[in-house]
Amino acid sequence: MMFDYFTDFALVLFYTLRDVLPILVLIIFFQLVVLKQPIPHLKRVTLGGVYVVLGLALFLMGLEKALFPVGNIMATQLSDPSFIGVTGAELANWKSYYWIYIFAAMIGFSTTIAEPSLIAVAIKAGEVSGGTIKPWGLRITVAIGVAFALAVGTFRIVTGTPLFVYIMVGYIIVIIQTFFAPKKLIALAYDSGGVTTSTVTVPIVAALGLGLSSAVPGRNPAVDGFGLIAFASLFPIIAVLGYAQFMSIKNRIIKN
Amino acid sequence: MKYKLYSLIILKKLWASVTDLIPIIVVVVFFQTAVIQQPFPQIGEVIFGILLVIVGLMLFIEGLEMGLFPIGESMAFALAKKGSLFWLMVFSFLLGFSTTVAEPALIAVAKEASVISSGAGLIENNQETMETYAMGLRLTVAFSVGLAIVIGVLRILKGWPLHYLIIGGYVMVMLMTIIAPEEIIGLAYDAGGVTTSTITVPLVTALGVGLATVIKGRSPLLDGFGLIAFASLLPMIFVMAYGLFWF
Repeated sequence: MMFDYFTDFALVLFYTLRDVLPILVLIIFFQLVVLKQPIPHLKRVTLGGVYVVLGLALFLMGLEKALFPVGNIMATQLSDPSFIGVTGAELANWKSYYWIYIFAAMIGFSTTIAEPSLIAVAIKAGEVSGGTIKPWGLRITVAIGVAFALAVGTFRIVTGTPLFVYIMVGYIIVIIQTFFAPKKLIALAYDSGGVTTSTVTVPIVAALGLGLSSAVPGRNPAVDGFGLIAFASLFPIIAVLGYAQFMSIKNRIIKN
Repeated sequence: MKYKLYSLIILKKLWASVTDLIPIIVVVVFFQTAVIQQPFPQIGEVIFGILLVIVGLMLFIEGLEMGLFPIGESMAFALAKKGSLFWLMVFSFLLGFSTTVAEPALIAVAKEASVISSGAGLIENNQETMETYAMGLRLTVAFSVGLAIVIGVLRILKGWPLHYLIIGGYVMVMLMTIIAPEEIIGLAYDAGGVTTSTITVPLVTALGVGLATVIKGRSPLLDGFGLIAFASLLPMIFVMAYGLFWF
């Protein structure tokens, strides 16, 4: 038992190291050949690098043990025809799948809160803004965006409506919001779309999309299974821009 | 006394990781007990896994502030000081390309895509064609992420307004959607989201903020962010173009 854990961990650590290797080579090459100067605080930075690799390996191994199996089981059980109460190939009403939408929204919110890339960007945004942007505020706003994204995304899979229509409408909303939102936060809002879908969220969301599209009668996983990740990268932009706009309107009213 | 202080700091940081994970634990417990109403599969394994996640997250965040952020920023400063646009562009491209080409999520998606495309009869159904197709897709996405970082860094240098570039990108995505083969669209949209890995994001963010800090007339908040946005937008356009090229 102990030995199994040990070999598991060694394997995950190996994969993490392999992923880090290209970045390591790039940094060392530039420091030695192009910049030709030592890295400041080399000892501390190296120790930090070791922490990152070890931390990420432990994190991934823990996810594989705790979250991914449970998430997969729940996604399959919730979309199971007998749980939903439909029989055979009969096309179910989209309303019967309400537990799926609730589950998708909650799992989207909670995995986004734990997403390390988002934590990184939130910390940096807090530093750079001199404290006016609260890291927790940003993370919760983004997580609410992802929650909406997955609820709408699972609704789309159940109803089988075309993906591109949703994405186009989303883009048009973002473009309109861009013209009204405070300029200071636009870059951060755009970035928050890309960072939400990483280590924790992608595997769960992919399993949910594929599981749901194979369980719902009339859906084809190859066509309908995709798109959840795209939603989860679009809606947080809308959420952050919306929040920024709301705050600036609120501040204006208070000032008057 | 000193040890007591250290253990207090560590406990505080561990607690921060616990708060990050509370939502997940609540959701899983709620659905398992209230909705699905079945006992937990392998409860011991799950609890052990959660402990690993907590310790891992704490170490990662500690290492982020000690290692990843400082190295990204110090490289941004050093490259800006060197003043060679060529090397800055090479570094930006390689940072995007090299971290994406080996990204496990991308490898999985590319393989899946080759299976779907051959199943739909879009490419020949043999091992060699499928492997070439998957490899080509990976290279396309990695190239587009490299290019995205280059454009993003150029934007910081020149001070181009981000929103015009991004909106232009959206318009490109919409136009490509109209002409691209239908089978590739869902995949292309998702490709934007899977490219930015957990180690790339902090490095790229630190690079952008670092450059915006040292270059006169740029604001770290206004100009430093935005690199990730390019890295999630360009792959969509390039994957659809790749679809057009194949089918």
